[in-house]
Amino acid sequence: MLRLSRLRLTRFRNHAALDLRFGGRAVVLTGPNGAGKTNVLEAISLLGAGRGLRGARGAEMAMDGAPPWAVSGHFEDHAGGFEIGTGSEEGNPDRRAWRLDGEKLRGQAELAERVATVWITPQMDRLFQDSAGGRRRFLDRLVLALEPHHAREVAAYETAMAHRNRLLADARRADPAWLNAVEDAMARHGIAAAASRRALLARLNAALEGGVAGAFPAAQLALQCPANALLDTMPALAAEEALREALRAARPRDAAAGASLSGPHRADLLFTHAARGMPAAQCSTGEQKALLVSTVLAHAALIARARGFAPLLLLDEVPAHLDAARRAALFEALAALPGQAFLTGTDAALFAPLAGGEYFSLDEGEPRPAPLG
Amino acid sequence: MLADPQALMLPLSDALRAAAEAVTPCRICGNLDAADPCRICTNPERDQGLVCVVEGVADLWALERAHAHPGVYHVLGGTLSALSGTGPEELRIAPLLRRAEDDQVREVILALPATVEGASTAHYLQDRLAGAPVTVTRLAQGVPIGGSLDALDDGTLAAALRARR
Ligand SMILES: [Zn+2]
Repeated sequence: MLRLSRLRLTRFRNHAALDLRFGGRAVVLTGPNGAGKTNVLEAISLLGAGRGLRGARGAEMAMDGAPPWAVSGHFEDHAGGFEIGTGSEEGNPDRRAWRLDGEKLRGQAELAERVATVWITPQMDRLFQDSAGGRRRFLDRLVLALEPHHAREVAAYETAMAHRNRLLADARRADPAWLNAVEDAMARHGIAAAASRRALLARLNAALEGGVAGAFPAAQLALQCPANALLDTMPALAAEEALREALRAARPRDAAAGASLSGPHRADLLFTHAARGMPAAQCSTGEQKALLVSTVLAHAALIARARGFAPLLLLDEVPAHLDAARRAALFEALAALPGQAFLTGTDAALFAPLAGGEYFSLDEGEPRPAPLG
Repeated sequence: MLADPQALMLPLSDALRAAAEAVTPCRICGNLDAADPCRICTNPERDQGLVCVVEGVADLWALERAHAHPGVYHVLGGTLSALSGTGPEELRIAPLLRRAEDDQVREVILALPATVEGASTAHYLQDRLAGAPVTVTRLAQGVPIGGSLDALDDGTLAAALRARR
């Protein structure tokens, strides 16, 4: 099992210097608001590929906004141990650099082969109230963890759409052959992106139906998207052709609206409470949280299957929003997953049913780890 | 050199200016060369029936370095981009369409970058060349999305050209 055994932070957000050693597979960080618990989770999330759980850019993660800053983690797995470091780049402090066992990495691909993290933060509760865009970005992040090419397909689709919108807005530019060309790019990249989203949802649903979330209320996921509807009834090449036709037919409407009104860029991710057959929008906030938890647990299981090692689970303030029965279900599900989990909360008592938990308390002011014992 | 910069730098800058003034775009293909038409267009060893369309001269030089293309070239001078205001009139597309009507030309190879703009430009040219008496082919796989030709190694370039379809 992949396990983070030591985490060191240097001038990372509110932590001037923090050195934590972890022995167990469930780590609990407690402390008052402002103690920097989430910052520790964010630091761990930076040890995998990507911009971490806050999506932050370089310098803003430095203490007082002034680089240098650094995060390093020592990992143990079946093959031994390795060390990943990240932080401000020497000579270019606004940028981030990565090291693996002291060797500078040119890109993040090598990180993805070793470490993955998934997380649930309080901000994600907004998913159910947000517009479709927030849910679509959430879905794309899940796809990306398993299909690195997905980001380029989505970006290429959006670039082609921006060209189309500009052509439609400028009557002098409305050369049909040119419009055909950008709509062809939209159709190819749009169907590719939709197919990846669709494939991930099928696998997530299968994992959820298979009981990956244990006693936790399982979500059932659906993609609301015209391109996905095409893929329900025809192979991908035919779906590309159908999307091209639809875009061509929509030119007058989209020109009048000043935007491309339909396509994979408007896709929405729909959550349903599987056992009750109830759409998430009609569920209580506690149930919504449970749907989110079950989705992320299923995602973690898919990553573990695809990469051969389980991701680290970072759960920020999750138990606080669950009742006692759901907390027990969460701790049970965590114990059944092959990965290490990091949980935060203000109240250590909430974690009592968690078997084998290793506790650290972070205090306001001078953060210092102190095992509760 | 820096001990007496004027003595060395002025002749050097004169030489650069002279070189810049001597280099002109080829009236046939758009290549930059001291001769017009360029030495590729007038080379009797080159296959005049095989025209490779590239975005810019950097791509032409990349293909030349790789010895990947036995024919001649057509430099477009960019790719179609509605966002940056580059339309068909801003590119050397009309001269390409005229060239394609030439009896000598059998095949037009579109060797454009694998960006959204490059792929759209290739699609546009395929459409506009549909009525011309030529075969239109495109570079095959091996050119990554977002990749420009002059960033590819010679082997990849040559393979992509051989596997055109
Ligand atoms: Zn020439």
